[in-house]
Amino acid sequence: MANEYVKKVAEEKYKYGFTTNVYTEIIDKGLNEDIVRLISQKKGEPEWMLDFRLKAYRFWQEQKQPTWAHLRMPEIDYQAISYYADPTAKKADEGKKEIDPELMKTFDKLGIPLEERMALSGVAVDAVMDSVSIKTTFKERLSEKGIIFCSISEAINQYPELVRQYLGSVVPYRDNYFAALNSAVFSDGSFVYIPKNTRCPMELSTYFRINARNTGQFERTLIVCEAGGYVSYLEGCTAPMRDENQLHAAIVEIVVMDDAEVKYSTVQNWYPGDSEGRGGVLNLVTKRGHLRGANSKLSWTQVETGSAITWKYPSCILSGDGSQAEFYSVAVTNHHQQADTGTKMIHLGRNTRSTIISKGISAGQSENSYRGLVRVGKDADGARNYSSCDSLLLGNRCGAHTFPYQDVQNATAIIEHEATTSKISEDQLLYCNQRGISTEEAVGLIVNGYAKDVINKLPMEFAVEATKLLSVSLEGSVG
Amino acid sequence: MLEIKNLHATVGGKEILRGINLTIRDGEIHAVMGTNGAGKSTLCNVIVGHPAYTVTEGSITLDGQDLLAMSIEERAHAGVFMSFQHPIEIPGVSMVNFMRTAVNARRQALGLEPLKSTDFLKLMREKRALVDIDNRLVNRSVNEGFSGGEKKRNEIFQMAMLDPSFCILDETDSGLDVDALRVVAEGFNKIRTEQTSAIVITHYQRLLDYIKPDVVHVLLNGQLVKTGGPELAQQIEKQGFDWIKEELNA
Repeated sequence: MANEYVKKVAEEKYKYGFTTNVYTEIIDKGLNEDIVRLISQKKGEPEWMLDFRLKAYRFWQEQKQPTWAHLRMPEIDYQAISYYADPTAKKADEGKKEIDPELMKTFDKLGIPLEERMALSGVAVDAVMDSVSIKTTFKERLSEKGIIFCSISEAINQYPELVRQYLGSVVPYRDNYFAALNSAVFSDGSFVYIPKNTRCPMELSTYFRINARNTGQFERTLIVCEAGGYVSYLEGCTAPMRDENQLHAAIVEIVVMDDAEVKYSTVQNWYPGDSEGRGGVLNLVTKRGHLRGANSKLSWTQVETGSAITWKYPSCILSGDGSQAEFYSVAVTNHHQQADTGTKMIHLGRNTRSTIISKGISAGQSENSYRGLVRVGKDADGARNYSSCDSLLLGNRCGAHTFPYQDVQNATAIIEHEATTSKISEDQLLYCNQRGISTEEAVGLIVNGYAKDVINKLPMEFAVEATKLLSVSLEGSVG
Repeated sequence: MLEIKNLHATVGGKEILRGINLTIRDGEIHAVMGTNGAGKSTLCNVIVGHPAYTVTEGSITLDGQDLLAMSIEERAHAGVFMSFQHPIEIPGVSMVNFMRTAVNARRQALGLEPLKSTDFLKLMREKRALVDIDNRLVNRSVNEGFSGGEKKRNEIFQMAMLDPSFCILDETDSGLDVDALRVVAEGFNKIRTEQTSAIVITHYQRLLDYIKPDVVHVLLNGQLVKTGGPELAQQIEKQGFDWIKEELNA
C-alpha cells in the first residue's frame, strides 16, 4: 500500500517548472576579476562597492568548497556558469521599454501579481528574476512612513550610506566559501529599512525566480530595523525544470536594534530535480541576523520543500541584553533531494533567549539533516535555549539525521534539547483508510499535523499556501 | 445484508480462515466467539480489507456489492466500519480535522457536496452528545493520550459520525472496566438503527449483556463450528470451549 503510494508520489510533477520566453541578456560564462567588474559596471555601482566585490573575489579564490555537510554535492564548475542574466534588457534595436508583458504574465502565473490593484491585500512585493529586480510594488505608499523597500541594486545607488554601513556587517565576505562567492558576484535582492518606532503597515516580500539556463542566481538581501520598529518579511522561490543543476547562493543579513522586531519567513520551492535525481537547484545560503539592540526580537520561519540540495542555517547573534530569537523550520525532502539545514544561536548578551523548532520530513531516497549550534558566551548570564528536533520518515529508503552542537561558556545557562524520530506507520494509514480517507489524504493530514506548529508561525496569507505546498510535495494530486 | 461464502484467507502464507460461511441480515447482531488464534481478528481484517491478509477463495458481498474488489476506503464508503481493538494514535491530527476529512470523503464517494463548516460542527455536537464524549477529547489529536476507555468511546463516536450500515466491533470490551464497558455499549445501542447490522467479536458474555446478539457463532481453527442463540454465549462463559471441541471430535 505504502509502496504504491510512494510510486505515485514519484510521478508527481513540479508545478512551477515552466520557462518564460523573454529576451535575456546573459554575460559570458566564467568567473574572473573582469566579470566582477562587468557586473558592477552593469549595475552602475560606486567604487566602494566594486572594491568590496573584488576583495571578496580574491578571498574566495583562496578558499576551498566546504565538505563538512552531510551532502553528496556534485562538482560545481564555476567557470561553466554565467553570473549575470538580465531579462529586462532591451535588444539593440529597441528603444526604452516598459516591463515586458511576458514577465508580468510569469509572475501572475506564479500567483504574484505585480499590478498593485490586483496584488494580495497588505503585501508589498519585490519580484526578482535571474539577476534583476523586475518591479517593487507599494514603494511609494511605504515611503510615506519613511520605510525603504527596494531592490538592493537601487539601494546601493540611492542610499549608499545606509548600505555601506550595514552590508557585510552581519555576514562578512570572509564568513564562508559561498558567502565570499556571493559577495563577489551578487546581483539582486531586496533592501528594507524600517525607521525608528515605525511599524511596517504591510507584509513585505521578495519573490525569487530563476529562468535563464546555465546561470547562477546570487541573491542579496539586507534588512535594517531601527529601534522600536517592526517588520514581517517573506521570501518565495521557484525555478523551471532543467536537467542540469542551477546554482543559487544567497546572503541575507538582518540588523535589529533596541526593542525592534523582525519576522523573516521563507517558503522555498526551488525546482527539486526529477524523480531520478537529475537537475534541481543547489541552494547554498547564508542567512544571519544580528540582534544588536536590547530586547530586540528576530524569528526565522522556513518551509523548505524544493531544491536538489539545501545548505542553509539561518542564524542569530544575540548581543543585545534581553534579546529573543526563534527558528522554526519544516524541511521536506523527497526522491533524491538532500537537505542539511538548521540554525546557529549565538548568545552574547545577558538574559537572552532562543527557541529552535525543527521538523524534518523525508520520503523517497532523500537525506534530511538538522544541524544546529547553540553557543553561550562567557558574559551571557541567564541565557536560555530550548531546541526540539523532530524527524518523520515516509518509507524505508530515506534518511533523517540530527547534528546538534552545544558550546556553553557560562554556568548560568539553561539549555534543553529534545528530539524524536517517527515514521508514518502502516497502522495509521490503515486506520485512516478504514474511515474512508485515502492514503494520499491521510499522508497530507499527518504531515500537515506534524508541521502545524511551524506553519502557524507564517503570516496567514502564506500559511494556506505552505499547507498546500506540503501536500503537493508529498501527496500526488492535490494542488 | 452481508454475505460471506466459503471464505479462505492467509496471512504470511499461513491459512487462517478455512471456509467461512456467514449471512448477516439488516438489523441483525452476530456475536463471534472463539479461542485465541481461532481467526476472529483475521475475519474482521479481511472484511475491512487489511492488506496483510490474502483471500485465497470465496466471496464477501455487502448489499450485493463485491467487497473484495474494493479498496479499504471504498469499503468504508460503502458502509463498513470497524471499531478497532487497539485504536492507533495519530499525533498532530485533530479529531475535528480527521472527522471532517472522513465524513467528506464518504460524502464525495456518494456524490454529495462536502458539508459546510457550520453543518459539520453541528453534526459533531449532536453525535458527541449522543455518545456522551467529552468536548476535551474531540479537540485533541486522534486518540493521542486517550485512556483505553476513551479510545473505545472515540471509536463509537466515529461510528456515529460516519453512520455505517455494517459495523465490526473487534474486542471492544478488552481493557475496559465494567462502567466504561457499559457506557461504550450503550453508546452503540443508541446510534444503531433498525437497519444497522454488526459482528461483535468478544471473549466474554459481559459485553453481550449490553449488546444483545441475535445469533452467536463459535469460531475455532478457522471455521464457524457452532451457531446458536444468546444462550450459547452464556454456556461458553460457564464451560469454555472444550465441550465444543469434544463434540466436534466425537
